[in-house]
Amino acid sequence: MAEPVPNPVLRIENLRKSFGGLVVTDGVSLDINAGELHAVIGPNGAGKTTLINQISGTLEPSSGAIYLNGDDITALPPNRRAERGLARSFQITSVLPRFSALENVALAVQARSGSSYQFIGRADRESALNDAAMQALTEVSLDSRADILAAHLSHGEKRALELAIALAMQPKLLLLDEPMAGTGPKESERLIVVLQRLKGRFAMMLVEHDMNAVFALADRISVLTYGRILASGAPAAVRADPAVMTAYLGEELE
Amino acid sequence: MSLAVTSTSRGRHYEALPVAIFLVLALAPLAAAFGAETYLLGLFTRVMIYGIAALALDFICGYGGLVSFGHAAFVGIGAYTAGIFSAHGITDMAITLPVALLVSALFAWLTGTVCLRTKSVYFIMITLAFGQMIYFVAGSLSPYGGDDGMTLKLRSTLFGFPVLQNDRALYYAVLVFLLASYLLCRAIVASRFGRVFRGARDNPTRMATIGYDVFRYQRVAYVIAGCLGGLSGFLLANATEFVSPSFMSWQRSGELIIMVLFGGIGTLHGAIVGAAAFLLLEDMLGGITENWKLIFGPMLVLIVLFARGGLLGLTQSLWERLRRG
Amino acid sequence: MSLTLLIVQTLNGLQFGVLLFLIAAGLTLVFGVMDFINLAHGVQYMLGAYLAVMFYALTGNFLIALVLALAAALLLGLLLEFTVFRHLYDRDHLEQVIATFGIILFLNQGVKVVWGAAPLSLPIPDMFAGTIVLSPGILYPIWRLMIIGAGLAVALILYLLVSRTRVGMLVRAGATHARIVSALGIDIRRLFMIVFGFGTMLAAFAGVMIAPILSVEPGMGDSVLILAFVVIVIGGIGSMRGAFIAALLIGLVDTLGRSFSIDILRLIMPPSPARTVGPAIASMLIYVLMALVLYFRPAGLFPAKGR
Repeated sequence: MAEPVPNPVLRIENLRKSFGGLVVTDGVSLDINAGELHAVIGPNGAGKTTLINQISGTLEPSSGAIYLNGDDITALPPNRRAERGLARSFQITSVLPRFSALENVALAVQARSGSSYQFIGRADRESALNDAAMQALTEVSLDSRADILAAHLSHGEKRALELAIALAMQPKLLLLDEPMAGTGPKESERLIVVLQRLKGRFAMMLVEHDMNAVFALADRISVLTYGRILASGAPAAVRADPAVMTAYLGEELE
Repeated sequence: MSLAVTSTSRGRHYEALPVAIFLVLALAPLAAAFGAETYLLGLFTRVMIYGIAALALDFICGYGGLVSFGHAAFVGIGAYTAGIFSAHGITDMAITLPVALLVSALFAWLTGTVCLRTKSVYFIMITLAFGQMIYFVAGSLSPYGGDDGMTLKLRSTLFGFPVLQNDRALYYAVLVFLLASYLLCRAIVASRFGRVFRGARDNPTRMATIGYDVFRYQRVAYVIAGCLGGLSGFLLANATEFVSPSFMSWQRSGELIIMVLFGGIGTLHGAIVGAAAFLLLEDMLGGITENWKLIFGPMLVLIVLFARGGLLGLTQSLWERLRRG
Repeated sequence: MSLTLLIVQTLNGLQFGVLLFLIAAGLTLVFGVMDFINLAHGVQYMLGAYLAVMFYALTGNFLIALVLALAAALLLGLLLEFTVFRHLYDRDHLEQVIATFGIILFLNQGVKVVWGAAPLSLPIPDMFAGTIVLSPGILYPIWRLMIIGAGLAVALILYLLVSRTRVGMLVRAGATHARIVSALGIDIRRLFMIVFGFGTMLAAFAGVMIAPILSVEPGMGDSVLILAFVVIVIGGIGSMRGAFIAALLIGLVDTLGRSFSIDILRLIMPPSPARTVGPAIASMLIYVLMALVLYFRPAGLFPAKGR
């Protein structure tokens, strides 16, 4: 178990979300410390995406609290959370299809640099924005595809583009919702390498089914089943936890 | 929205078209002098005035994905501002035009606050409803002609000078306003603001998670479009020297959408072409039979069913097919 | 602002509301199940009225005219569905709007060509002509009560159909999970046709019922259509219950607002401006109501689940 740090980047306290009678998030509490990569795993329907949606603000929790760098952000809309340094990727690719890869990222940079209530001057010629965007694209090895419309990128490239958008936001906390979903083994490997490179720069929460990725990357792992945290701890400890073995990991880890 | 044409990656050959459009508009009065001048001048003045309103609609519709079915409301507001001032003897556009724009902006801000909290079909229906509201309000203004409308005593003046009295002067004034509106919209679309606005069309959730308050950007754009609609109405009142609730009937809003559609959504200059196409067609068909809507209605259906991308899209695809042989 | 007037106007409001419900019900059904925004729904109401006038002139019997008008309206509706609307279901809303707008232009003009631009009228059936005494001093036209009764009966039938029958179940499922319904192997095309035909009949029925107390004229469906939109926006798109409550609400607010706005304003301002401002405010009331509802509940009062 990692030592508790006084002021975690993300602190979730007793979060609950129910749709009608169905409890999807059932009293989840967890911390993510600076520079830590915290993986959340669990079977389908365990409530992982629901949890991410509540943290990023697209879904309102029924009760509980979310703190970002010690500030209560539970009631803030998504855009205000983003302003405070929360970035996310989506399980189902969510980019701007009719914009080039570069512009997708440049928009994220633009959100962080100066007002967007500027009505004259061509945004696509602002070199400050484009340079920063290019840098983010380079970090995910997508720089050679900068001018391609996002709609025309391959699936794996779109996943990488999502990551670049998140990077361009200079996040304090990055929520990754199954970044490997639907990518082939080669692309997965590539993404793992990219994430490894990014590790430590900011706190990350990784929801992922790909156990290779999870155990290669995570500092800590929480196992979510039926909306509850079943176990939480260092990868080795979680791997050894008999409850986890039976509930989830059993087959995949011998 | 499958109709919307990609706006960011337009080919260069499109650039010649706007230039040609404005050249034609600038030279039209000279040509008109050889023909039925009053008629042609009047027709083209109307084309340009509706062009401004259609341009504004294309701006929010084609670049923001906001299909407003109540855009004629702004035309009406602009026209009635000019009309009501004129009824009280105030015609100086140094006063009346800013007020017309302000009232339009206010109406856009208020109704936009409600409309933009909703999406797609809701947005269509609610803008339609607010448009109808203004229509009925105008009809209930008995001091200003009620349902029948009223004639303007005088066209707008500028610092006391009757600058719009001459039809040709009015024509060129309208042309200047159209050009300014066009350039403004083009600049905005390419600007930082426009990029956010366009992004919100593509993927509002993504834009919100990047950190943009999509609603506020859309509302500002809606206000801009409202102002341009108001400008169009203000000019329309001057051109026809008449205002009436029919300026803002829901059919008018529909016609504005049709103009945008005719020209090809998301091109800006297409809206001007669309306005011209619509008004000329109306004139032509109207010349053949008074029941021209019997022809025009089915035409619309056919265009939707078979010609995606508007007239410009259609001619463009024909052109490409020709060039390929 | 006497009590008698208040009662009479409340009944008028109910009658108007019931009429709006008949139209909005079809609109919201069609939209809920097919995600199809049909502007031409209003002209179908108009056609109902015109067909009733025509068949009445031919047969001299209101009931027969009603049945024939409904049948003819259904046929015309299905013809439209078959030739045009069917090809629009998978298009985006803008295209649907434009195409159905074209239909409106055509039919409004067509009606003018066939029956003339002058307003027509349909007599109230003898049986229901005249007024009844609701209470001493309060007379009310029987036909208006008939409309209220018929509307409520239709609402009840609709409720039973939607909640108790197989088609109704599909309609409910379709309103929230259209794709799943079609994935289940249900003949979605047939379901659409049934729903569409049903909506058409409802609109035509409203047209026939209102024809005796309203002038039958080209374009009569347009403003009603927009009010029906207001109704379903307030009620929540796809919600039958929402449409019913919102329709009555709109009917009452609009009717009472128009009858009493001047009187109420005169309490706070001199008569002359009150006479000017009153009607303007009255004509805005329902839209302001809509704005308020949407401001606090953007999805309407009874949002259909899953949307």
